Amino acid sequence: MPDLSAFADPGFLAVQCLNGLTQAMFLFLIASGLSLIFGVLGVLNFAHGSLYMLGAYLSYTIASWFVGSPATFWVALVLGSIGVALVGGIIESVFLRPVYRREELEQLLVTYALVLIISDLVKLAWGAENRSGSRPALLAGSVDIAGRDFPTYNLFVLAVGPLVALGLWLLLRRTQFGRLVRAAANDREMVGVVGVNVKGLFTGVFMLGAWLGGLGGGLAAPIGAIFPGMDVEIIVESFIVVVVGGMGSLGGTLLGALIIGQLNAFGILFFPRFAIVFVYVLMAVVLVIRPWGLLGRPVTRG
Amino acid sequence: MERRWVVRAVAGAALLAVPLVLPQFYLLLSVEILIMGLFAIGFNVLMGYAGMVSFGHAAFFGVGAYTCGLLLKKTEAPFVVAFLAAPVVAVVVAAVIGYFCVRLTRIYFSMLTLAFSQIVWATAHKWYSLTGGDNGLVGVPVPPWLIGPRTFYGFVAGVSLIVVAVLWRIMEAPFGRTLLAIRENAERAEFVGINVKRTQLTAFALSGAVSGLAGGMFALFTRGAFPEYAFWTKSAEVLIMTLLGGPYVFLGPALGAGILIVLNSVVTSYTEYWPLVLGIILLALIYVFPGGVTRIFLGWRGAGGPAGASRA
Repeated sequence: MPDLSAFADPGFLAVQCLNGLTQAMFLFLIASGLSLIFGVLGVLNFAHGSLYMLGAYLSYTIASWFVGSPATFWVALVLGSIGVALVGGIIESVFLRPVYRREELEQLLVTYALVLIISDLVKLAWGAENRSGSRPALLAGSVDIAGRDFPTYNLFVLAVGPLVALGLWLLLRRTQFGRLVRAAANDREMVGVVGVNVKGLFTGVFMLGAWLGGLGGGLAAPIGAIFPGMDVEIIVESFIVVVVGGMGSLGGTLLGALIIGQLNAFGILFFPRFAIVFVYVLMAVVLVIRPWGLLGRPVTRG
Repeated sequence: MERRWVVRAVAGAALLAVPLVLPQFYLLLSVEILIMGLFAIGFNVLMGYAGMVSFGHAAFFGVGAYTCGLLLKKTEAPFVVAFLAAPVVAVVVAAVIGYFCVRLTRIYFSMLTLAFSQIVWATAHKWYSLTGGDNGLVGVPVPPWLIGPRTFYGFVAGVSLIVVAVLWRIMEAPFGRTLLAIRENAERAEFVGINVKRTQLTAFALSGAVSGLAGGMFALFTRGAFPEYAFWTKSAEVLIMTLLGGPYVFLGPALGAGILIVLNSVVTSYTEYWPLVLGIILLALIYVFPGGVTRIFLGWRGAGGPAGASRA
């Protein structure tokens, strides 16, 4: 029987809800990059979880270089995510560019091969044991939420998510780069025909997507364990978010992340064991009823 | 025509008999190749013939493994019943899952198969009282007459031979041709009066049945069933085997399974970094040998396109 007594405690409910929101922010960061890349390049990037993992490891290592300095965390976060963006640029221009004209399946296989390669390279570079980063001094404490402790760091993550969403929205709506990205998402060939540097655009979009994944990893470093295998764990969850929200839709990705976050946080209260099944059931139901996702548009492109 | 078939049957039987004289290590490796090869051939009914790429075929492999394992371990069911229940239950599960999946196309189809297979995986992973959860279902009893490695190999080889022959017959019959027509142009197939969705669903169920049978045999082989059998990485594995061997040749996926399993066995004896090696092989496959290795042996038939290249 589900234990309902927890619902009598408003503090517990609030914290559980905030935990779900925190998880949603991570999912949003990773899935928004995945969704952006799919929307523009038409490639389902299996390696996006690997970029997230790489972001966590890079930030962890960079932080270890500057131990003691108060700016450690921030420098590591910025440099780590930029490093992942650079790796993304290499992945796009070296590995993906030759296969854009091939079948979807072959593009997918390239990114899957990269999952395997990156996972072993990470093991070679950092070893197989778990690691964990440390929170910046400024955010190390916790705050009182209706009588319960909630980590200050998680509040910070809760602020970063919407900020990134807003930044992305402004980038896509208010800049020339954003206009080109949206145009390419609509009709890739036409963008090339009118003289836009499509190669550069694709590399830029992939780097932006990779940066988002890397940022997610860098932010996750201080609160979860960093371990080989975190890539495979997160990628299917990100797929769920993108599918539920709608592939290529930023608002949809945010909505999907919020739903999955809450479903995880509260599903665990009702059915501790089978909570994990709910998210897959939700994914299946959405695909059956609205294959293009809650906020996506039906795609007829060939 | 008749003579060609006799020659093929003799050659096939001879090939299958070779591992019987090999040391036990290679004999067991051959068992694994046969089972995974059968799984890949079953998977390819959907991918190569119907052009539907499932990301969730591990679900049917897993369902077959758990069905056979559970019946043998927890009930008094006779061996034949438990063994045949694997494809039967798998076909039912595949028909239900397929009913929803065939309405979708391309990436949406793949994503829905992934979602369903993860539901199967999560169920196997968490339902401790039935499946043993993440510890897996261990200690599945195998009848005494099947215990010796050579006998077991003979059993697997015999079953595989029968299933592959039947499947070959089906794929050479109008049903297989209809699938190819749908793969090439579903709209046109619809126009000439083919019930596209029903044909695709039949292929889905058939593919699931063969995968389930392979899963059942694998449960007998490992004397157990584990959640990983239904995890998405298992689906990726069978997809890679198929692409490696070549999806447009009937026996290609089995060749791919053989190559992958032998490579894995060789590489893991030197290094633990098998995924790294596999990743590099995959990249080479895509950039250097598109179309699978069977293309190298058979030449570039069918002018590179899928059409016309499906005869082994």
